Amino acid sequence: MPTMQTSRLLSSLLTAGVLALWASTTFADVTGLTIPKAKEMANPDTKCIKPVEDMRKNHMQYLLHQRDETLREGIREEKFKGESLKECIECHNAPGKDGKVARVAEREHFCNACHSFTAVKIDCFDCHADKPANSEYRHPLGDKMMTSQSGFDSKQLLNQPKLDPVAAKGDKKP
Amino acid sequence: MSDETGLNVTRRQFLGTSTALAGLAIAPGVFLTKVAHAGDTVAATEKNRWGMLIDTSKCATGCNDCVTACNKENGISGTHGPKTDAQWIRKVTLTDKQTGYVQSLPLLCQHCENPPCVDVCPTGASMKRADGIVLVDKHTCIGCRYCMMACPYKARSFIHEVLHEQKTTAPRGKGTVESCTFCVQRVDANRGEPEKSKHQDPACVEACNASGHKAMWFGDLKDPNSEIATELKKHGGQQLRADLQLNTGVRYQGIT
Amino acid sequence: MQKPRYLELEGRSAGYYLLLVILGCFIAAGLAAFVYMEHEGHWVTRMDNQIVWGTPHVFAVFLIVAASGALNVASISSVFGRAIYKPLAPLSALLALALLAGGLAILVLDLGRPERVIVAMTKYNFKSIFAWNMILYNGFFAIVLVYLWMMMERRFNKYSKVAGFFAFIWRLTLTTGTGSIFGFLVAREAYDAAILAPMFIIMSFAYGLAIFNIVVVAAYNWTHRDLGPAMLLKLRRLLGIFIAASLYFVVVYHLTNLYITQRHGIEAFILLGTGDATYMNVFWFGQILIGGVLPLLLVYAPRLQCRVSLVLASILVILGGLSQMYVTIIGGQAYPLDIFPGKIVESSFSDGIINAYSPSLPEVMLGLAGVAIALFLVVFAIKVLRILPQSLADRDVDPHYVAEKQTA
Repeated sequence: MPTMQTSRLLSSLLTAGVLALWASTTFADVTGLTIPKAKEMANPDTKCIKPVEDMRKNHMQYLLHQRDETLREGIREEKFKGESLKECIECHNAPGKDGKVARVAEREHFCNACHSFTAVKIDCFDCHADKPANSEYRHPLGDKMMTSQSGFDSKQLLNQPKLDPVAAKGDKKP
Repeated sequence: MSDETGLNVTRRQFLGTSTALAGLAIAPGVFLTKVAHAGDTVAATEKNRWGMLIDTSKCATGCNDCVTACNKENGISGTHGPKTDAQWIRKVTLTDKQTGYVQSLPLLCQHCENPPCVDVCPTGASMKRADGIVLVDKHTCIGCRYCMMACPYKARSFIHEVLHEQKTTAPRGKGTVESCTFCVQRVDANRGEPEKSKHQDPACVEACNASGHKAMWFGDLKDPNSEIATELKKHGGQQLRADLQLNTGVRYQGIT
Repeated sequence: MQKPRYLELEGRSAGYYLLLVILGCFIAAGLAAFVYMEHEGHWVTRMDNQIVWGTPHVFAVFLIVAASGALNVASISSVFGRAIYKPLAPLSALLALALLAGGLAILVLDLGRPERVIVAMTKYNFKSIFAWNMILYNGFFAIVLVYLWMMMERRFNKYSKVAGFFAFIWRLTLTTGTGSIFGFLVAREAYDAAILAPMFIIMSFAYGLAIFNIVVVAAYNWTHRDLGPAMLLKLRRLLGIFIAASLYFVVVYHLTNLYITQRHGIEAFILLGTGDATYMNVFWFGQILIGGVLPLLLVYAPRLQCRVSLVLASILVILGGLSQMYVTIIGGQAYPLDIFPGKIVESSFSDGIINAYSPSLPEVMLGLAGVAIALFLVVFAIKVLRILPQSLADRDVDPHYVAEKQTA
């Protein structure tokens, strides 16, 4: 039978634990996470992408909606240019430790970088290819060469000034 | 309920009538969704029905070009042996028990109009698209393999191992069921681009034409001007297991 | 103080805990098999693109069919008003729930993507009998739980008849659905028959009762509670009727197929072993001899009217049931599809040949784990809940019991 003292002790421990948990998640620096940079900045004209914060929060909703329309109704390129998983991966791929394009099991893979950090398991790549058709990793165009090894801090993404949009490459099919 | 103004409406009548009126006002909105989609010419529609015609007299017994092309296009490769490896199209050699006549033909998913595989799928993953292509929605497939039991042509394969090198255009993965998609990634490629009016053929048909055998046609069965429709009208084509009345999209000539 | 009619198992016996441990080992082995199969993919089993449903499904369908049959004793008491079965009604309902749980566990763990079972329970294609079965299985759990509760809760005893009636109708629908899984398939020679649904219903009576008999005799023997000859005689006679009825359905099924020329191939395969003798042996020795003829002899032989013969007959019926499922499920897939009648067919995808199959270790372990889960649930429940009647001696249960005259 817990005494008054024990139950007080237990409840204060519990409160302290909850406070610590809250503090650790609210004030934590997310520097443990390195998000590999995409190969090229999307052109706002092609509507290939939505704002970063929107994508971060809602990418699954977009993918889930798109996949049903594509698979069940056959709506592909015209409406969803750039919104299919395949198109995402065309740009969102990065070199792994061995220089070749990173596979989903590696930390350098674009999707896995965040998903392994947040411990949210994804099974997309059980079926979908996790690298683009042309598997040779290509450095991004221009002089902004950023790789996952350059100590890139994810917070910079939020604060960086607007980059010049790279001219659209046109038809990306090899 | 007030009698002074001469209205003699009970609360019940009022609520009932106003609900009915509101419903009547809103109900036609359901048709607006049709209007919203009407501008979408890029979806697959019932205006087409994709089909295939195979002339068995032109199909060479030792030739495997269609199978090789399918495997290459869709990223299918052997792993643990022919019993568990997927095969979307296979060459079948027939020997008549009575006459001894030998012939061969490719056998693939027949893309039936009344597919038993679609009927039996518990989650609706096995589906028929509006333009007649029968597909497996692998997002919903639970891997129960009931469709494989139900298919009269043994067209479906189950993926028995972890896959790594999928093609970007043909997602496939462990634990789901799959079958010939009529190379839907090719069929869809030119849709919505009017200047490219001709569809792309599936890999098997393309390979058969390239090798010179030209035993396979692919096209829109509902388009009376298409090659396949004119050929079918002229020389006919039979279904496999026609007694099941599945109205298959794949027809054969010359099975005797 | 008078002891209640139903009582939990008393005491702390080493034998009881040993039983739980043994069953737990089987469950652990099955889970290990599941992890192996799920991680590597199904290539580690001997199920393939030709035999897509193998040993796990033999066990699973057997357990599911037996589950609905195990409810029989309860139904006979509630729906048909036979008082002698009333004490055993709660155990019957419990066994039904446990067997269904075991069977479904196997099915779910064998799925290609078992993590998607939630999808299976939320997205329904209502044309699929499989989808209907999911609804029927879940509904069975709910309805039988309610039925069991009403039998156990004194205030609601008067509603148990109504609940029992619903449970009876539901379980008939469920077994019809299970039989129709095969009966609705036009593709295969061994299926595509309306008789499969009622055949499964009759077989469920036999299989469910056989398991029930073993559980009752074992429970009463091992807890040293009274089990009188009147009860045993009833169970024995029921089993005999159900075995005979099952044999009747088997005869009608095969007789019809023998009359249809188109089906001569599959009949020769199953009955005569043309091309592969396995299924002929399992059919005649397993399903008919061990599952039908021998148990009938044991049940009706006048000199063998004892507990041992009833248990033995029940075991044989179970073995016969597994044989029947093996022939139906695997034999039906082993026989090639008849896509090109009158032709000899060969291809790289096993067309035209009889498909070879033998059970692999992971499959058997998974199947046995399902059985163990069911038994574990029963063994556990009768210890903690008041389900097992204190006594089934004649004076306590037999409505026609006449006390022996007391000498003055």
